[in-house]
Amino acid sequence: MAVRSIITEQMQSIAAQQNKSLARLSDDLVLLDCGLDSLCFAILVARLEDELGFDPFSTDDDVYFPTTFGDFVAFYERAA
Amino acid sequence: MNAPLRAGCLRSRIAAVGGEDRWLWGRDRSVPLISIFGETRLGARRDDLAGKSILIRTRDQLCAALVLIELDGAAKRLIIAPPDLDDAHLASVMEDGAADVIVGDLPPPPGLGVEFVPLGAPQPRTRSNFAPRRSEWVMFTSGTTGRPKMVVHSLDGLAGAIAPGDPDDPDDPPIWGTFYDIRRYGGLQMLLRALLGGGSMVLSSPEESATDFLTRLGARGVTHLSATPSHWRRALMSPAIQAVKPRYIRLSGEIADQAVLDSLKAAFPGTPVGHAYASTEAGVGFEVNDGLEGFPADFMGREDGDVRMKVVDGSLRLRSSRTASAYVGGGDALADADGFVDTGDMVEQRGMRFYFTGRRSGVINVGGLKIHPEEVEAVINRHPGVRMSLVKGRKSPITGAIVVAEVVANGEESETVKAEILDLCRAVLPPFKTPTAIRFVEALAVTPGGKLERRLA
Repeated sequence: MAVRSIITEQMQSIAAQQNKSLARLSDDLVLLDCGLDSLCFAILVARLEDELGFDPFSTDDDVYFPTTFGDFVAFYERAA
Repeated sequence: MNAPLRAGCLRSRIAAVGGEDRWLWGRDRSVPLISIFGETRLGARRDDLAGKSILIRTRDQLCAALVLIELDGAAKRLIIAPPDLDDAHLASVMEDGAADVIVGDLPPPPGLGVEFVPLGAPQPRTRSNFAPRRSEWVMFTSGTTGRPKMVVHSLDGLAGAIAPGDPDDPDDPPIWGTFYDIRRYGGLQMLLRALLGGGSMVLSSPEESATDFLTRLGARGVTHLSATPSHWRRALMSPAIQAVKPRYIRLSGEIADQAVLDSLKAAFPGTPVGHAYASTEAGVGFEVNDGLEGFPADFMGREDGDVRMKVVDGSLRLRSSRTASAYVGGGDALADADGFVDTGDMVEQRGMRFYFTGRRSGVINVGGLKIHPEEVEAVINRHPGVRMSLVKGRKSPITGAIVVAEVVANGEESETVKAEILDLCRAVLPPFKTPTAIRFVEALAVTPGGKLERRLA
């Protein structure tokens, strides 16, 4: 499955479990406004690591945090 | 009955309690207690050991018990090596403990250059040529890595929580059994209860499975059985649990949550189940016998008993005549300015009761919010499909850590059970404390001290 659809699916499932309402995921959606809090993102990164086998945050030496959903997907796609 | 317990060496206290047909039963051999009065296993070397500081290092628990009985009142200091003391630490232990000689059934590695007195076959004992003294008892603290830390106790302090004539019924003296090792604080408490309470004891062996030990306990007719909650959870998974019919069940060494107390009450209907709070440094604090987790809030202000307690920055502090007197070899102070020992065990008052929430050192930090794994485990363990659980931190680049859980199922491992456990957690815990993932495991590792093994994330 494409990285993008895995990310989308996981964000939807975490939002449902954590009772958050998730904004429509478009590339220019700012992550801070997507409806998930930092705990949700921590869970997302852990699940993606389990599913994809890597965690670009811990392999990336630069302190980088994607700001939009599009950046986030691209960040994972680059590391894949 | 009070006087003999509080005075004299261990051997004379055992004699004063009296009782016949008393035994220390090991897995491979057993010793009748009567033999300790007329025999020695140290031969002619026994008198040489008077006034010495002695490291007791043994392969089995029975041997350690015999050395303690022989040398209390003669030695200056008895340092009790735990079963997992690494050879690499022997030199530093000898140095820190100012030990002159090693006594036991395990010769020290060559090259250490330490005198060794082996325990031999029993021989008739001759009259001793030394004046009795109050020996120091030195025990190793648990949970340290690196250079072992030791604390100084006395027999009076160690036996301080043991009520004189503890065995309820002189016609039916207690047979103690414990999953603990008597070379650690919790196990030594049980040995002393057996020895000073007119009873016998079944000693565990690391080469024996929980099932084999339970079978042996049953065959010896154990009446008083003590273990950590982790030991008990494992024992409850064994069909051999039906072999034992104790009349007293005791838990200590870890937090006894309501789930394990209830499981024991269900497995042994009508049998009193007590949980005790003690630590190697702070000694025995208290016992709780109402069948509920935590302890009554009025324990805190109590001024009538031997123990004073207070809470500072969330952690329990104890002061009593049973606390250790000092760390061996100086170093940190054991107690605060008022003589209270900080246990590092965190407590929280809810209503008229205090609850243990976990170890200060085991905190998981999720984005600055602190979680004690034990409080989450207590919730998970409430699910009937759970036998035991381990909660730990998983590293997260976002929040530093997130909470994950490993669960040993009590029956079926299904996604339904997982979902129910999560629902249970979500109902009572805030989101950051709720496990973000649950994994079923076959078993959870338990340390040699009987505690759930926690590797800090």
